[in-house]
Amino acid sequence: MNPSILLATTARILNQFRHDRRTVALMILMPSLLLILLRFVFNTEAAFSRAAPALLAVFPFAIMFIVTSITTLRERTTATLERLMTMPIAKLDLLFGYALAFGLVALVQVLVAVGISLTWLGLSIDGSVWLLVVIAGLDALLGTALGLFASAFARTEFQAVQFMPLFVMPQVLLCGLFAPRSEMTSVLEWLSNVMPLSYAVDALTAVTMSSDITGELVRDLAIVAACGLLALVLGAVTLRRRTP
Amino acid sequence: MTSSAAVEVTGLRVRRGKRLVLRDVSCAIPQGSVTGLLGPSGCGKTTLMRSVVGVQIVESGAVTVLGSPAGSPELRNRIGYATQSPSVYADLTVAENLRYFCAVLRAPRSDVARVIDEVGLRGHESQLVSSLSGGELSRTSLAVALLGKPELLVLDEPTVGLDPLLRDELWTLFRSLASRGVTLLVSSHVMDEAARCERLLLMRDGELLAEGTPDALLADTSARDLEQAFLSLVRAKEAA
Repeated sequence: MNPSILLATTARILNQFRHDRRTVALMILMPSLLLILLRFVFNTEAAFSRAAPALLAVFPFAIMFIVTSITTLRERTTATLERLMTMPIAKLDLLFGYALAFGLVALVQVLVAVGISLTWLGLSIDGSVWLLVVIAGLDALLGTALGLFASAFARTEFQAVQFMPLFVMPQVLLCGLFAPRSEMTSVLEWLSNVMPLSYAVDALTAVTMSSDITGELVRDLAIVAACGLLALVLGAVTLRRRTP
Repeated sequence: MTSSAAVEVTGLRVRRGKRLVLRDVSCAIPQGSVTGLLGPSGCGKTTLMRSVVGVQIVESGAVTVLGSPAGSPELRNRIGYATQSPSVYADLTVAENLRYFCAVLRAPRSDVARVIDEVGLRGHESQLVSSLSGGELSRTSLAVALLGKPELLVLDEPTVGLDPLLRDELWTLFRSLASRGVTLLVSSHVMDEAARCERLLLMRDGELLAEGTPDALLADTSARDLEQAFLSLVRAKEAA
C-alpha cells in the first residue's frame, strides 16, 4: 500500500463529488429529512426518542451502502478500473481511498442528523454526544464498506440497486428496531447476532440511555469496526486484476 | 529497429464465456517500433491487447512483456494502456483526470502539461470530460497512457472518430515516440491506417493471418493495397 496513492484516490473521489453537488446535498440531508418526517409521524418527543437512536444507525447505513455500491460499480463498468488495474495502485489503496472519501461525507451527514435530532427534534440522550457521533459515523462507514464489497457481485446497476434490500433490509428488520432482539425466536436471534447493524443499534441505544461506557458498549463498537474492516479486505480480495 | 522483442506471445489461447476468442496466437513485437494490429471488429484484437497488459485471464500460452510475464507488478509503471472505450472519469475535468493518474503512476506533475500538448488538448484543461466531443474524449484517454515514461504503449483504436489532420498529428507523435525507443502496439479496424505502421499483425477470427512489414505483405500477396492483401490472405486461408 502507498499512502500518497490512497490520498490521491480520496481527493479524486471528493473532486468528483464537487462536480455533482446535487448528489452531495442528497447524501448529507437525506437521513435528517427522514428523521424530521419520523418525528412528525410519531408526534411526541418521547416516542421519537425511543426510535431515533436506532434510526440514526439505519438511515446513514442504508444511504451510504447504496451510494457506494453504485459509485464503485460505475468504476467497474466504465473502463477506468481496468486501466487502474494495469497501474501501480494496490487494491487496498483504491478501497481505502473510497472508504476515506465516503467516510468524510458520512461524518458530515451524521453530524447534521445528530445536530438536528438533538436540537429541533427534541431527542434527549444521557450519554456523550460525541460517542453518539462516533458510533453513527462508524456505522455509516460500515455501510460504505459493505457497499464496496457488494458491488463486486453486481454486473449491472439494476442488480446493485436490488442488493440494497438484500444486504440492508434483513439487517434493519432484525436489528431490534421492530422487536427486541432477545424476544425473537432462536433462529432469528442467531441471525440478528451475526448481523453487524444489530451491534451498532445496541451501542446507540446504550449511549442514549446511560452515560456509562460499559464493556458491552466497547465490544459492540469493536464488532462494528471489525466488520467494516473485514468487508473492505473482502472487497479487495474480490477485486481482480485479471478478468475473463 | 533493434532485434530484441518487447512483447513475445507464444501459443496464446483465450476463452471468453463459451467462445474461444484467441486460438494459438504467436507473435513478436520488436522494440522501438509502431506495430499495427489490424482486423475486423470482433476478431480478438482487444483480447490480445488485454492479454499483453495483463488484465485478461488466459487459458494457455505465454505472454512475455519487456522481459517479464505479462501482468507482473514490475511492469505496472512501464506500460501505458488506453482501452477502446475511453477510460477516464466523466465527472472530472481533463486536468483533474490527468493529475489523478499522474499521482497513481508517481510521475512528475509537469507531465500533465506535456501530455495535454502532445494530444492537442491545450485550452480544454478545465473542461469537464462529460462535455467533450467524442474525439476530445478519446484523446484525453490517450493522454493518460502517455503519462510517466512508458516503454510500451498499448493503444486500442486510439484514432477512431478523429479528423484527418488530428489523426496525422497523432501518427507523427507515435513515430517520434518509437524513434526514442518506445514500443507501440496500435489497433485499428481501418486498413488505410495500416500503411502508417512499420509492422503489421493481421488478425481474423481469433487467429493471426500474417505478420510483417506492409511492403512484405504486399509483395507476398502481390496485391495493390493492404485491403486487397488482407482479402487474398483470408481467401487463401479458406481455400486451404
